Amino acid sequence: MISRRDFLQTSMAASAILGASSFGNWAKLAAQQALTQDQLMRFDTFGNVSLIHVTDIHAQLKPIYFREPSINIGVGENKGAVPHVTGADFRKLYGIDDGSPTHYALSAGDFSALAQAYGKVGGLDRMATVINAIRADRPDAILLDGGDTWHGSYTCYHTAGQDMVNVMNALKPDAMTFHWEFTLGSARVQEIVESLPFAALGQNIFDAEWDEPVDLFPPYKFFERGGVKIAVIGQAFPYMPIANPGWMFPEYSFGIRDENMQTMVDEVRGQGAELVVCLSHNGFDVDKKMAGRVTGIDVILSGHTHDALPEPVLVGETIIVASGSNGKFVSRVDLDVRDGRMMGFRHKLIPIFSDVIEPDKEVAALIDAQRAPYLDQLTEVIGKTDSLLYRRGNFNGTWDDLICDALLSEREADIAMSPGVRWGPSLIPGQDITREDIFNVTSMTYGKAYRSEMTGEFIKVILEDVADNIFNPDPYYQQGGDMVRIGGMGYRIDINQPQGSRISDMTLLKTGEAIDPAKSYVVAGWASVNENTEGPEIWDVVESHIRTLGTVSVTPNNSVQVIGA
Amino acid sequence: MTLTRRNVMIMGAGAFVAFGLPMRATAAGEDRIAEFTGGAAMADSGITLTAPEIAENGNTVPIEVAAPGAVEILVLAMGNPTPGVATFKFGALAASQTASTRIRLAGTQDVVAIAKMSDGSFAKASSNVKVTIGGCGG
Repeated sequence: MISRRDFLQTSMAASAILGASSFGNWAKLAAQQALTQDQLMRFDTFGNVSLIHVTDIHAQLKPIYFREPSINIGVGENKGAVPHVTGADFRKLYGIDDGSPTHYALSAGDFSALAQAYGKVGGLDRMATVINAIRADRPDAILLDGGDTWHGSYTCYHTAGQDMVNVMNALKPDAMTFHWEFTLGSARVQEIVESLPFAALGQNIFDAEWDEPVDLFPPYKFFERGGVKIAVIGQAFPYMPIANPGWMFPEYSFGIRDENMQTMVDEVRGQGAELVVCLSHNGFDVDKKMAGRVTGIDVILSGHTHDALPEPVLVGETIIVASGSNGKFVSRVDLDVRDGRMMGFRHKLIPIFSDVIEPDKEVAALIDAQRAPYLDQLTEVIGKTDSLLYRRGNFNGTWDDLICDALLSEREADIAMSPGVRWGPSLIPGQDITREDIFNVTSMTYGKAYRSEMTGEFIKVILEDVADNIFNPDPYYQQGGDMVRIGGMGYRIDINQPQGSRISDMTLLKTGEAIDPAKSYVVAGWASVNENTEGPEIWDVVESHIRTLGTVSVTPNNSVQVIGA
Repeated sequence: MTLTRRNVMIMGAGAFVAFGLPMRATAAGEDRIAEFTGGAAMADSGITLTAPEIAENGNTVPIEVAAPGAVEILVLAMGNPTPGVATFKFGALAASQTASTRIRLAGTQDVVAIAKMSDGSFAKASSNVKVTIGGCGG
């Protein structure tokens, strides 16, 4: 007799084989220059339930380039484990051929060249085509949005999220959870949520005053699909008031609250749920830890850390699916649920190659309608880039190098700080830089570029604090961003040390002198979480800098020395 | 938009709130534990302490303790200058041995709860609560 655990693992292996064979096909097809929409979406419908997962779109309505990170270090038990495997190691792990479409979609390396060959990715009109095709196979498939949807572009900023709400509503999601949405402010969030034709879920969204659940965000919702009673439990980003400005949504408290998650799982099982799905914005490592502590979740649809994995990760009897970011992927998960339990699954991470997948006409028109009032502003060319501009990486990316340079020169500072966020598309060499492109990497409701004096000692305290939010060996103490980006200063970091001992050799680059703990330095930065931060908007600072430069060329940044990776 | 020099040179209001490095446990906390238990061994089960991993606001951190069968629960913030937070006493007729409150933490540190059971034994739970600058969420 085959136990449930064996069955899951057998099924996992079968899924891996299916995955591997489809990778092989893509490589061959690429050689034949024949990557087609049908090939990208081919899927043998399985079981009786289909889940469709999209997450961390960051308001990218139109196709973009997006380079995955080449540096994404795991610590503690996650050292060397996915998603902390990048580049050639990642391709070797999953049997992905160099130069294949999957290489381009899922990993860094030769990005500029492959981007020329394979073109842009994403676009909500292309995602709509894929979602509709899945619904053609399985009309009652459940579409779940993991959040970070109403943030990240010029139009999203100027419509306070309305452009994304209008377009996402056309895709007809069944439920959603949240993170950056709250930076629109709690009044606006409430206004939108009350208008949504689908569920807004968060078992960990509590009233800050009484520490009680909030009516606006129920913990879960039941769906009856394919004769199966399914509970979807929402998990919002746990550290919103810490990683983002809590003063913008003071009514709410978050946290991981895994004890309440267990209570909710037990509650829905008690009400007859045969399949329990967690729609999560925890971040991958936090989801992995949670899956080991909370029993009874069948599927975690994981968001926040922007990881794109070609196969689910299995923790006990829970599968964790990671579906990337910026509209680059749609995950399809087919499940066989019988006798009140998940008996097997089949999964595909579908990359949205914009030149291969036909846009859905209705959604395309809707997107253009959102953009029409702002088109002149969006398309104005500010400059040009000779370099690949990208953001992802634990310590720096060329976009942030450029933003830090803008802060140093436009704000006459010694040292610049740029937040370690993971959103923001890439530009390839030779591309124009438009105002839209600048907003795509800077847009936020607290983007004021401050200028302040800090002692060398305090700068170290900041670096130590942020480093511990990334490299604390316990995922529950991580916030899921990257290291604060530093301009004008070099440092050395030993990631395996405790907080207070990781950072050393801080050097002011313009003089080559060691940073003096007692001396004050002028620091310019943006995205402060404190209320009443003053300064010009960061996108204006960056725009002014790029206008001055004309053509941008970013030199390799070697100012951070990493130990213990 | 053109940035005037005047606009550009405005000094921002405080960009980061200062928090220090993790607080070391003070000897006062250990003394308080020794006084409460009389040096007796403490079990690591029988008491639950629920606290956030990272405090949203170090000035008011919600915690909850529960220890079925306890007559007394001592709560300590080990890194605070004055570690004593509260002692909850439960009478024989108490329906449950659970209490919740909010505490102020001077910085990242361990919060410790120790239950004295009706049979005179002790149980301890500890939770590390981080107080952080934050501000760089993905």
